[in-house]
Amino acid sequence: MFDYDTLRVIWWALLGALLIGFAIMDGFDFGLAALLRVLGHDDDERRVLLETIEPTWEGNQVWFILGGGAAFAAWPLLYATAFSGLYFALFVLLLAFILRPVGFNFRGKLHDPRWRTLWDTVLAASGVVVMVVSGVAFGNLFLGLPFQLDGDLRMSWHGGFFDLLKPYPLLCGVLSLAMLLAHGACWAAYRADHAIAARAVRIARATTVVYLVLYALAGVWLAYGVPAYALAGSAVAGEVSNPLYKEVVRGGHWFAGYLQHPAFWIAPAVALLGALGVLWRAGARGLSAFLASSLMLAGTILSAGLALFPFLLPSSLDPRSSLTVWDASSSRGTLLLMLGATVVFLPLIVLYTAWVYRVMRGRVTLAHVRNAHHHY
Amino acid sequence: MTVDADVVTLSRLQFALTALYHFLFVPLTLGLVWMLAIMESVYVMSRREVWKRMVRFWGVLFGINFAMGVATGITMEFQFGMNWAYYAHYVGDVFGTPLAIEGLMAFFLEGTLVGLFFMGWDRLSRVKHLLVTWFLALATSLSALWILIANAWMQHPVGAAFNPQTMRMEVTSFSEVFFNPVAQAKFVHTVSAGYVMGAMFVLSISAWYLLRGRNVDFAKRSMTVAASFGLAAALSVVVLGDESGYAISENQKMKMAAIEAMWETEPPPASFTLFGLPDVREHTTHYAVRVPWVMGLIGTRSIDTPIPGIADLVQDTKGRIHHGIQAYDAMLALRADRNDAQAKATLATYDEDLGYALLLKRSVDDPRKATAEDIQRAADSTIPNVPVLFWSFRVMVACGFYFIALFAFSFWLASKRRLDAKRWYLRLALCSLPLPWVAAELGWIVAEYGRQPWAIEGVLPTALGVSSITAGQVLTSLGGFVLFYTALAVIDAVLMVKFARKGPDGLGLWPPAEPAAEPVHSGHAA
Repeated sequence: MFDYDTLRVIWWALLGALLIGFAIMDGFDFGLAALLRVLGHDDDERRVLLETIEPTWEGNQVWFILGGGAAFAAWPLLYATAFSGLYFALFVLLLAFILRPVGFNFRGKLHDPRWRTLWDTVLAASGVVVMVVSGVAFGNLFLGLPFQLDGDLRMSWHGGFFDLLKPYPLLCGVLSLAMLLAHGACWAAYRADHAIAARAVRIARATTVVYLVLYALAGVWLAYGVPAYALAGSAVAGEVSNPLYKEVVRGGHWFAGYLQHPAFWIAPAVALLGALGVLWRAGARGLSAFLASSLMLAGTILSAGLALFPFLLPSSLDPRSSLTVWDASSSRGTLLLMLGATVVFLPLIVLYTAWVYRVMRGRVTLAHVRNAHHHY
Repeated sequence: MTVDADVVTLSRLQFALTALYHFLFVPLTLGLVWMLAIMESVYVMSRREVWKRMVRFWGVLFGINFAMGVATGITMEFQFGMNWAYYAHYVGDVFGTPLAIEGLMAFFLEGTLVGLFFMGWDRLSRVKHLLVTWFLALATSLSALWILIANAWMQHPVGAAFNPQTMRMEVTSFSEVFFNPVAQAKFVHTVSAGYVMGAMFVLSISAWYLLRGRNVDFAKRSMTVAASFGLAAALSVVVLGDESGYAISENQKMKMAAIEAMWETEPPPASFTLFGLPDVREHTTHYAVRVPWVMGLIGTRSIDTPIPGIADLVQDTKGRIHHGIQAYDAMLALRADRNDAQAKATLATYDEDLGYALLLKRSVDDPRKATAEDIQRAADSTIPNVPVLFWSFRVMVACGFYFIALFAFSFWLASKRRLDAKRWYLRLALCSLPLPWVAAELGWIVAEYGRQPWAIEGVLPTALGVSSITAGQVLTSLGGFVLFYTALAVIDAVLMVKFARKGPDGLGLWPPAEPAAEPVHSGHAA
């Protein structure tokens, strides 16, 4: 049926799909939460904003949980190396994720304005943290990370948290922030009361312009300022999943794949079209601008993943230890079984998620939150 | 490379604390959601408003608890990668799969429907909302199933083999992993424990209303549901707990011997030690009160099969360590030359004992250079903490029998419609509230602390599973968790108590002002 390498490429694509799913579905929750105090000027307005995501944020967050689980099952070395190596970054991310469920649930439970301000701040901060940290972590992949595998495939890491804060990854962090703020603003424009939506449109436009500038800058910088990694010799097709069986050389540039496969350019083109779509459609305060910002996210993440391919996690310390699509996966049997499970359940997930969004559709108005009885 | 002992200790402490904390919330979610499903089913069938109000009120408390369960669950998934990276690499091929399927099949459904449960009342028909609640309940139990399949594989690693090329365990049979007998026993035992907790929660808080003379009709109905559901659950938790006991006596003989403080093999059928003070240094149990035959019957379901004692198991372990060293040697030979036929044959013979050689890594870098003392020390290290297991198990079982008695009595009172007749009973029901938590946490300790020194029984020692991080890193995250979790625990407790005290009357849910008045929603441009 599928040979081992085909399965690996499929699982690379699925990991990307989960990451994009997470960015699109959970990204607007983060963007909106970060903008909570900017878009919502008083408690009623903030309740409107929160109510646009309240029925669905929990399911949205599962994209992230599933991404983690899928990485564990399909790319165990990637999961192990990234999570333990980027220890503090992950810890900060984790705290942000822990605070969200309690924040959303507990905020409305008490009427004290200080209580609500506290949770508003917590939700906004956790949104900013997740957006920036994810971007910084992704940016670091292009520079390579300071790890090494020994003969037992035990990973050792030779760097600290602050080593991650180099200029290029920081740029990626801000890029991620701008992109997801735009996405969150598009959602608010689509679903929140028109008084708030008008503000959201302005923010969506402004952040999209910032995004465009940063995306272009990140691309140019990547092409001219960030040395790449490459597999030495021919690709190690059909090999066992042991990174130490290959050789890696430094040099060249990350756009080598783009030159070889012109179809790769579709990804950045989609990102660009999405951004233009946001600028063009934001004023309509409808679904179209939100769909456009979703394309912008998908194109951006895909364009970065394609530039890295076949690398998942390059090692700056010992390039041979780099994790690639060809040598960091699970066994063939596991990839195949997991593919089967995904083929069955992912369409179901999309279906019932769509149903929930349909049930909860409609603009949340100020009049509604002022009159509504409490849901608790 | 050798592993930093402080990192091991701190990582274990962090895992235990975060898992025990997570396990405060999860069983309640598991149980309470079925109570909601039952109450809502009665509402849909009878159309009587009181049942809907019951779902709404208990749903408020369910929501607070649910948020904590979700929040603390994320930590568990991250932690395998952050603190247990070598574990993640070594067994991810097998262990990661049930976790990922849990996400795909169960948690996604749960996470997507829970919002609709709370916000969908005015937008869904009665039957559709009931379906949402039922699927929510099914999804939580399914979620537990997959997590326990993963956990059972740690206790009884079937359907996988070591691959020397990739230096990890790889799946050989998914059906063996998924239909692991330990997983089935654990699943029913654990979810039943959750159902007991859910029932006790409703029973105790309702008893408090009755003591105060508040929400009387509401509370009596809630107690009736709790009593019936709780009785079934308590019976099943004890009976199926016995099933789990049988399963571990088959697969984890050392854990079984430690739970029973059975230092030497007894002639079958072995006696059950009801009480005693296990002495770790002297390998004996003081003041033991023994019931003849019982242990042999529970553990082996026969009268002539011996249950091995700790001393004999340590002797067996020494033999396996020697075999493991040969497997280790063959593994290194294969690393130098992938096609070494003789090494392949040796590894194929002894690969099930490879993990036992890894036990030596605590004292020597190269297990092949281990001395007789190293081997003795490694074999001794497979004895878990006997007094802790002995007592945790006994207290847990005592709780189990108490639950049966309490729920049976409640059920009898409910059937006589005399739930509010005896104040001492209501006080007893109220005071029993913490016990399901005590039992559940002790159950976790028996299962997981009893697994030590293994992360994966017989395959990977816990100490080797850690990440290559510094003790300072783990200490920082541990401190962060303690701080965060304490703050969250305080907030959770305050909210729970506040809303339980407010009660259905304080929240305007009881008594219903006019029959079956559906609140009208305005403002939604549907």
